[in-house]
Order: sequence, then structure tokens, then C-alpha cells
Amino acid sequence: MAPPLKIANASGFWGDQPDAAAGLVAAQPDLDYLTLDYLAEVSLSIMAIMRAKDPAAGYARDFVDVVRSLCPFWSGGGRTRIVTNAGGLDPGACAQACADVLRAANLGHLRVAAVAGDDVLAALRSGAGDFANLETGAPLSDVAPRLVTASAYLGAGAIADALRAGADIVVTGRVADPSLTVGPCVARFGWALSDHDRLAGATVAGHLIECGTQACGGFSTDWLDLPDNLSIGFPVVEVSPDGSCVVTKAAGTGGAVTVQTVKEQLLYEIGDPANYLSPDAAVSFLTLRLESAGADRVRVSGAAGRAPTGTYKVSATYRDGYKAHGMITVFGHDAVKKARRAGEGVLQRLQRAGCVFRESLVECLGTGASVRGIASRMSDTHLVETVLRLSVAADTKEPVERFAREIAPLVTCGPQGVTGYAGGRPRVLPIFGYWPTLVARSAVAPSFRILEGARP
Amino acid sequence: MIPLRDIAFARSGDKGSSANIAVFGRTTAAYGWMREHLTEAVVEAYFRPLGVGRVTRYDVPNLEALNFVLAGVLAGGGSRSLRIDAQGKALGMAILELPVDFPAKE
Repeated sequence: MAPPLKIANASGFWGDQPDAAAGLVAAQPDLDYLTLDYLAEVSLSIMAIMRAKDPAAGYARDFVDVVRSLCPFWSGGGRTRIVTNAGGLDPGACAQACADVLRAANLGHLRVAAVAGDDVLAALRSGAGDFANLETGAPLSDVAPRLVTASAYLGAGAIADALRAGADIVVTGRVADPSLTVGPCVARFGWALSDHDRLAGATVAGHLIECGTQACGGFSTDWLDLPDNLSIGFPVVEVSPDGSCVVTKAAGTGGAVTVQTVKEQLLYEIGDPANYLSPDAAVSFLTLRLESAGADRVRVSGAAGRAPTGTYKVSATYRDGYKAHGMITVFGHDAVKKARRAGEGVLQRLQRAGCVFRESLVECLGTGASVRGIASRMSDTHLVETVLRLSVAADTKEPVERFAREIAPLVTCGPQGVTGYAGGRPRVLPIFGYWPTLVARSAVAPSFRILEGARP
Repeated sequence: MIPLRDIAFARSGDKGSSANIAVFGRTTAAYGWMREHLTEAVVEAYFRPLGVGRVTRYDVPNLEALNFVLAGVLAGGGSRSLRIDAQGKALGMAILELPVDFPAKE
């Protein structure tokens, strides 16, 4: 039987630890692949805004720095390959930027591929289909004129094709997060795309590592009790040809891989565990077996897969007004009462000035505001300090800009003990509505190309 | 009464404007108790102050877990909600504060 494929994750989101990739290959040079995830639900809309200002900014430029950081490893003979969705709205430009870095580092023999086909904005705009919102059932026509991005979650197929064609770095736009892991498995083990159980196993493996250190105790219930929890390792899956895997992490890193940490990550952001839908397979988690296989090693087996659905999930975004959040600290007796009064005063002043907000919110952090009305173990009157957090949303930008100027005056017109206003005015942020929908597979054509100029 | 966290651990995350909370028994006995008592109605009532819609429970016996999906609990979700916890990161910790009538050890 072929040896397991060792795949690590080095980025769980856009903004994750920038030195994770270099750290991983230094700690474990025998890794076959690194996967890096950059795309949350609305990340592409942020890239769309950036691209409007700078046509070269339609992808996660942080990834180009990651490639640069890995050049010494490759120059020294390292062989680890990379699969990432850093391409965002423009995988071709991202791949070209990577190729430029490689050439400058005398690594022009490494081949970079770009995967395309996820952009379905034109299909949604064409009106050929109702593209109803999966959450609300509303028809797309409600927001169609305000659409910013629409991307289908592609599967592992084009990634595997690019790897079989010799790519060392595969840059995609939107793909299902686990497919970053499934692609290398399909390429290495030669699985058919109809081999649903094995694809399901690799999908589980990919799901387990897609959020960076979360599989190794990051964000876990018992975080405080983890060993060396200030340098939690990024996860590694060793995927076997039968689709089962061992979850582990590089030696010398902090955190832990235990049945408990793996269980927590398995059900992270999951709906029906019997029907986890990826473009590669429909997966049941109900047959999974988890067992400890040594220190920081957990074996995961038994995944059951069925054929994927006839549609791709689409994540579309549309412009939906503006918002801002302002924060200021209030210290002293009756801190919460004072903060709430001061916050309501700001909103009243704006209302008198003619500002119309479709939504506003006064929160007093420290009082259980994260789940207001639920965690009520502490009486507000006993708090000697709170952070007042004020938020507004409006259809237009002007009232939100006005709001951003109204927090600082509390320093002199609010209660004594107002402090901590060093951050400056709140930023006015565009709101992007999230529009999940489906598109027929027949309307999407995933493809890849190895960049021109790369040596065959 | 003891807090649920004494017998369980949890993980929450967002799905658009909805969230899921997975709750895991720390022991098989704890999981058995949870299956009987931690119902959709209990969880729906607990999170009602956040404006939760329908709560759906999925049993995952091989992980000794219950997965709750809380429709509409995030008031618009990650990009829209004005709340400090727009992505449901705090919901797992919140459910672990639920007071439960788990029988004490003999």
C-alpha cells in the first residue's frame, strides 16, 4: 500500500499567522503538501472593493509573501507542494505574482497553476434562473442590481488535474475548503471521482484542517489547560490510500491533538452531520470512528460518502449599505448606567440632526453583551467598568459618517471616568449581504492552466 | 444544579445568519443525560433572548455529541449583524453556562 500523504494547513483564514508555512516546513520538511485557506463567506466582496481601487488587488497578496518565505526551503531541496484558494477573484494574477517571485529566487523550474471557473456572476446577472436565497427563499431579483460577487464552490477535480500536470503550486479562487485537501489525494492515489467513500474520507480530513490550529486545540473549550497554548501547532493529516487519516501536528509545537480536540473541529460549522454536502461527495459523519493512535495522533476512519448533488453551492454578495462601530470605556460607580445613558444620548442627538439609521445598537461590554439576556450571573450594578460599544447601519453613507464624528465628544460631555478613546474615529464600513444559492453543474466549467513561461 | 460545562464541552460557529452549537458529553453517562434532557425546546428557550428561530437537534452518537442548528440567531450574520458576537463565537461558551440537574456522583 502506498504511504500516507502528509498534508498540513498553514492558514485558516485571511489574516492568519504569516509565518506558519515557513515554520511548518522547518519543523517537518517531509510534508507533501501545504494547504492555505483565505476565503471566508464575504472575503471576495472585500477583494472586489480593493480591486476597484487597484486592479491588481483582486487576490490575497499575503500569499505571495508566503511563497517568498518558502523560497529558501525550496532552494535547499525542499519538495513540499502548495494548494491554496488565495487567488480570490483573480487566480491568474495571483499565480503570475507567485511565478515572478519564484523566478526572481532562481526557482523558475517550479510550476504554478491557476484554477478558473468559479466566477458565476455573469450567470446570476443573466437572469436565467431564479437563484433563490437558500436561507430565506427570496428571489435574486430582490438584490440583483446590487450584486458584487458570485462564486461557485468548485471541487477537487481541477486541482487534481493541475497537480497531475506537474504543478507545484495550485492557486484557486473559490473552492470548497476541504477540496484543497481532496485534490492532492485524488492526484496521488488515483481515486475515481465516483469513489465516494474515499473522497468522503479525504473531505473529512480536509474539513478537520481547514481552520488552522483549531484542530490542535485552538478555540477549544479547554484551551486554558492545553500544553504550551501560546504556540499551538498547525494541523497535519496523514491520509491513507483507503481515505482514512491520522490527524497530528509537527513535533515541538504547542497545543494537543486529542479525541476531544478532533471531535470539536469535526462539528465546527456543521448542519446535518448525516449530510455534509461538498462538491466532491455528500458525507455522513455518523459512521466515523475516532481513536487515539499515540501522543498527538488521532485516527479518523469510516467516512461514508454518496454522490454529490447536481448543483454547486454559490456564495454571492451584494451591497447593502454602511455601518460603523464605536467604542469608549467608562470607569466608576454606576458605570453601566452611565455608559448606556451616554450611548443613547449619542443616538438621540443624531436622530435630532436628521440622521436615519435602519438599525442601531447600544452594548455595554462586560455585562454579558455577547449573548445579551442569557449570561446573567453578574449584576450590572456591581461592575465598576464597562466598554460602551455603539453601532449603526444605514442605507446611505452620510449618516454613518456623521455617527463616526459623534463618539469623541463624550470625552468632555459624558460622565467622569470616560477613558480609552485613543483609537480615533470609527471606520465607516460597507455592508455586504450574503446570498447563498445553487447553480447547476452544467453551467460551470472548472479549468486550470499552467502559467506560460514556466519551464516544462 | 451544576453548569453544563461540568459534564460537557462545546464548539459553536456560524452559517450565514444561523449558527450551530455542538455539545459533547465528557462521559458516556453525561451524554446519555444530555440526549434525554437537552432538547430542542430547552435550547430554544435558553437562546430566546437572542431572537432565535427554529432550533434543530442532530444526534451524533459516535461522537457522543448533539449538534444544534439555531436558525436566525445571529441577527444577520457575519457581514450584517451589528452585534459584538456577529459570528456566534460565544454561543458554545454560553450554552455551557446552562444550569443542569445532572445527578451528582454517589
